[in-house]
Amino acid sequence: MTLKFPIYLDYQSTTPIDPRVVDAMVDVMKNEFGNPHSRSHSYGWKAEELVEISRRQVAQLIKADEKEIFFTSGATESNNIAIKGVANFYAPKKNHIITVATEHKCVINSVRDLEQDGFEVTFLPVKKDGLIDLNHLENCITDKTSLVSVMTINNEIGVIQPIKEIGAICKKKGVFFHTDAAQAFGKIPIDVNEMNIDLLSISGHKIYGPKGIGALFIRRKPRVRIKPLFSGGGQERGIRSGTIPTQLVVGLGKAAELASKEMNENYDHIKNLSDKFFNAISEIPHIFLNGDKNNRFPGNLNFSFAAIEGESMIMAIKDLAVSSGSACTSSSLEPSYVLHALGLSDDLAHTSIRFGIGKFTTIEEIDYAIKLIKQKVEKLRSLSPLWDMIQDGVDINSIQWKSH
Amino acid sequence: MAYSKKLLEHYENPKNVGSFEKNENNIGTGLVGAPACGDVMKLQIKVSDSGIIEDAKFKTFGCGSAIASSSLATEWIKGKSITQAVSITNKEIAEELSLPPVKIHCSVLAEEAIKAAILDYKQKKENNE
Repeated sequence: MTLKFPIYLDYQSTTPIDPRVVDAMVDVMKNEFGNPHSRSHSYGWKAEELVEISRRQVAQLIKADEKEIFFTSGATESNNIAIKGVANFYAPKKNHIITVATEHKCVINSVRDLEQDGFEVTFLPVKKDGLIDLNHLENCITDKTSLVSVMTINNEIGVIQPIKEIGAICKKKGVFFHTDAAQAFGKIPIDVNEMNIDLLSISGHKIYGPKGIGALFIRRKPRVRIKPLFSGGGQERGIRSGTIPTQLVVGLGKAAELASKEMNENYDHIKNLSDKFFNAISEIPHIFLNGDKNNRFPGNLNFSFAAIEGESMIMAIKDLAVSSGSACTSSSLEPSYVLHALGLSDDLAHTSIRFGIGKFTTIEEIDYAIKLIKQKVEKLRSLSPLWDMIQDGVDINSIQWKSH
Repeated sequence: MAYSKKLLEHYENPKNVGSFEKNENNIGTGLVGAPACGDVMKLQIKVSDSGIIEDAKFKTFGCGSAIASSSLATEWIKGKSITQAVSITNKEIAEELSLPPVKIHCSVLAEEAIKAAILDYKQKKENNE
C-alpha cells in the first residue's frame, strides 16, 4: 500500500469531501442550477425539492424536525446567529450570557462583541480534564440569563462536554441552551430532545462535506426567537436571507445521510486506530494527553511532548499533516488559550501537537506515524537543554529564567 | 512557514550539538530564554588560554528558527577571539538564515546566548584570579 505524503492527520481542521458527496454535488451543478426560491417555474421547484430533501437528512441526524433546520454558510455563521440572535431578541429584560473559556473563537468573539454592547458575560472555567463543573454552571445562571452556550466536542482537545446534563440544568432554570456541534454532528449520536438542546450549530466541512455550508437547529417547541443577522429577502423563514446554494446544501445533506448510515462503522474504525496510536505514543516517557481520556471523541488526540517545542516537532514530522498548540505556529505568538484554560503551563502548551484521525485514515498511516514520531522525539530531545534537566531530575518550573 | 535552504540545513543537521562540563575553568555557559516563551538556548564555549574560542556546543528548546540560529552561532564563534565573537549581531544571523520577520527574536536570543556564555567565562576567570 503506497502512502500519500504528507499523511493527513488534521481531521479537526477540515475533512476531505466524500466522493459520493462530490458526485451528488456535481450532478446538481450540472443539471439543477435553478434558484430554489423561484416560485414560478420548474427550475425553482426542482431545486427547492432538493433543498428540502437535504433539510430532512440534516434534521434526521439530530432527531429534529425539518422545520427547525436553517442553512447557513457554516458553523461560524450559525454560532453568530444563535448567540447574537438570542441575546438581542431577549434583551433588555434578559442580558446575561454564559459560555466556556475553551469555546471556538467565533463563539468567544461573538460573546465579547455582546459584552461591548452592554451584555453581562460569564466565561466558565474548565477543570484540568477540560470539562465544565456542572454545579458551577447551575450557580451562575440567574433570572437575567438568556443563553448558555457550550460546545459538544472541543476542536483542540477532543473532550465531550456533559451535554445531556447541561441541557437538563438549562431546562430546569428556564434558560436556552446552545451547543456548537461542528465537531460532533455525524460523529456521535445527538438527540436534541433527549438532550434538551434549543440551538445547535453544524459545519459541512467537518463531516466530509463541502466548505461554505452549515446549518443551525432552532427549536420550535418551546419556541426560541432570534433577531436575524442578515436583512434581505426573508429566506429560511426570515432567519437567514440569501439564495440557498443548492449544490452545497445537497452536499451537506448527502454527508449527513452517509454519516447517519455509517456512524457506528466510522466510530469503531477511528476508535481502533486511536487506541493503537494512543498506546504506542504513551510508551514514550514524559508525554501527556491533554483533556479527559474517557469523555472524548477518539479521533482527536492532543499530546504534549515535554522538552520539545511544537513547531520544531511539526517540522521534524513533516511527513504528517498535523497542528500544534504552540505559539510559534499561531500568528499571534501566544500559546493556545484552550490549553491555557486547562491549567497547562506555558512550556507544555508550547510542546503540544494535535493528531486528528478520520474515517479515511488507514492502519498503515498510523503505523508510519508512530514510527516517525518516536524517531523524531528522540532526535529533538537530544538537542534540548530542557530534556537534560528533566533527566537530571531538575524541576523546570523552579528555575528563575532570565527571559527578555 | 517557508524557510530558507540554509535554515533547513541547520535544522536537519545541526552543528555542534552537545554539552561541555559546566564547572571546568575554560568553559563559559550561556542559558537564555524561558520555557514559557517557547525558546531556551544553552550555548557553551571552550576558550583557549590565548582567548580564542576553540570549540562551542549548544542545546536548544525552540522552533526551527531557534535551533538553526543557535547552530549557526556556534559555527560562527568557533575559531574567533572572545572580542570578535561578542560583536556578532542578531542582524547578521537573521540575514544569513533569511529569517522571516516573525522569527527575528530567535536570532536575538542567539546573540544573547553568545554574550551570556562569554560573560560567564569572563566572570569565572575573574573569580579564579
